[in-house]
Amino acid sequence: MLRRTLLAAGIAGLAALAALPAALPAAAADRFITVQSTTSTQNSGLYDYLLPIFTEKTGIEVRVVAVGTGQAIKNAANGDGDVLLVHAKPAEEKFVADGLGVSRSDVMYNDFVIVGPAGLEAVSAANDVLGALKAIADAGAPFASRGDDSGTHKAEMRLWKAAEIDPTAASGGWYRETGSGMGATLNVAAGMGAYALTDRATWIAFENKGDMQIVYEGDPRLFNQYGVILVSPEKHPHVKAEDAQAFIDWILSEEGQAAIADYKVDGQQLFFPNAE
Amino acid sequence: MDILDTFAEAFRLVWRLDADLVEIVGLSLRVSLSAVALASLIGLPLGAALATRRFPGRGVLIIGANALMGLPPVVAGLAVYLMLSRAGPLGPLGLLYTPTAMIIAQTVLITPIVTALTRQVVADLDVRHGEQLRIMGASGWARIGTLLYEGRHALGTVALAGLGRALAEVGAVMIVGGNIDHVTRVMTTAIALETSKGNLGLALGLGTVLLILAVAINAGVGAMQRRPQVRAHG
Repeated sequence: MLRRTLLAAGIAGLAALAALPAALPAAAADRFITVQSTTSTQNSGLYDYLLPIFTEKTGIEVRVVAVGTGQAIKNAANGDGDVLLVHAKPAEEKFVADGLGVSRSDVMYNDFVIVGPAGLEAVSAANDVLGALKAIADAGAPFASRGDDSGTHKAEMRLWKAAEIDPTAASGGWYRETGSGMGATLNVAAGMGAYALTDRATWIAFENKGDMQIVYEGDPRLFNQYGVILVSPEKHPHVKAEDAQAFIDWILSEEGQAAIADYKVDGQQLFFPNAE
Repeated sequence: MDILDTFAEAFRLVWRLDADLVEIVGLSLRVSLSAVALASLIGLPLGAALATRRFPGRGVLIIGANALMGLPPVVAGLAVYLMLSRAGPLGPLGLLYTPTAMIIAQTVLITPIVTALTRQVVADLDVRHGEQLRIMGASGWARIGTLLYEGRHALGTVALAGLGRALAEVGAVMIVGGNIDHVTRVMTTAIALETSKGNLGLALGLGTVLLILAVAINAGVGAMQRRPQVRAHG
């Protein structure tokens, strides 16, 4: 009987151990907001630089969930976040029009670039980005696409459409949809010597460039705008509207905008503030 | 990437006892050990009951537990996300993106493993000792308790199998935890993040740390399992 008592005590002890952590986060999380955002802003290291400045000033901790823009918007629509900070303007405007967000403001921009092996002369020599994409498609050169409904993927699809090319017809051939984040897709591109469309910030901060380099840049169509939206407290009453608005106000303020401009990797500025 | 560099990186991380690393390892252990404890609480009695008792739905439960041993972590994570999301039935609890959510997801993932393996261990013991226990008059839960105690060494290995699965998975904790720095970042999600940054050396270094941790836990449990046996035979 003693054995069984010991066993029961052991199990009870394990149960107590399991219950303990459930009590901990409630105590630690006194004041925080959740931001649904994109892999490009996280992978570039911007938040690691930016958020401590804001938290120091206000005492509000900012928890970032970094996923593709498409998933971030869906998560925010479910109410699983207080702020949405992504880069797909049409989808963001729809989010606000649907009553899921309060209003949208421009925060910052950078640009997309095409990276890849140096081999194809016609890509770098193209007159515009559409010509560069045509050159890749004509050559049947491997191209690694995000394929995940992210902001970068949406931008890429807009460019293919403008170039009147349907790359998905070649899916699995020269056109390869990774269905993963920006960094993961760049790893794939580096591994197979493929071209890829990436935001410049992720590219500069990316450490596994291998033989890849920027092969096309500078077309105005490659403009990449980031916007910030407060998730509607009317739709989701648990949204921490006051603290979330404080974060949005700060990131749009002179101080927040200056902090964005200050963030540099290898001496290069990654994001350019353009709040009105 | 030079493999030697990787080990050097891992060694440097451990040597400096990097504060972030300690935090991440601590959360990994807290989440996965809690999940194993909860899964054992459910899986040990359930598995033993499946092995020794006949009741309606038993066959379905056995097949279910065996099949769910192959449950993809990302599916477990997705199911828990849909439950805990603000738009889901348990949304008002506000548990999404907390360690608690990660514990729940991993418990869902490994309870079938603990249940199915426990059933096998106890069924084998029952074949050997069942008749004797019946003669001694032990029945029902008393019999299950005795069989679980007799099988404790094998069941320790069952718990380790569950722990291994929990520590190794990334899909479930990524979805329900969100990989939030200083809140829900664990070893596997940190490795995934460093990989996506192209920091392959650091990622593999973290992987090596995880491996060392697994070896240490297994060695510890192995030592604990051996000691009573020596006494029993000595």
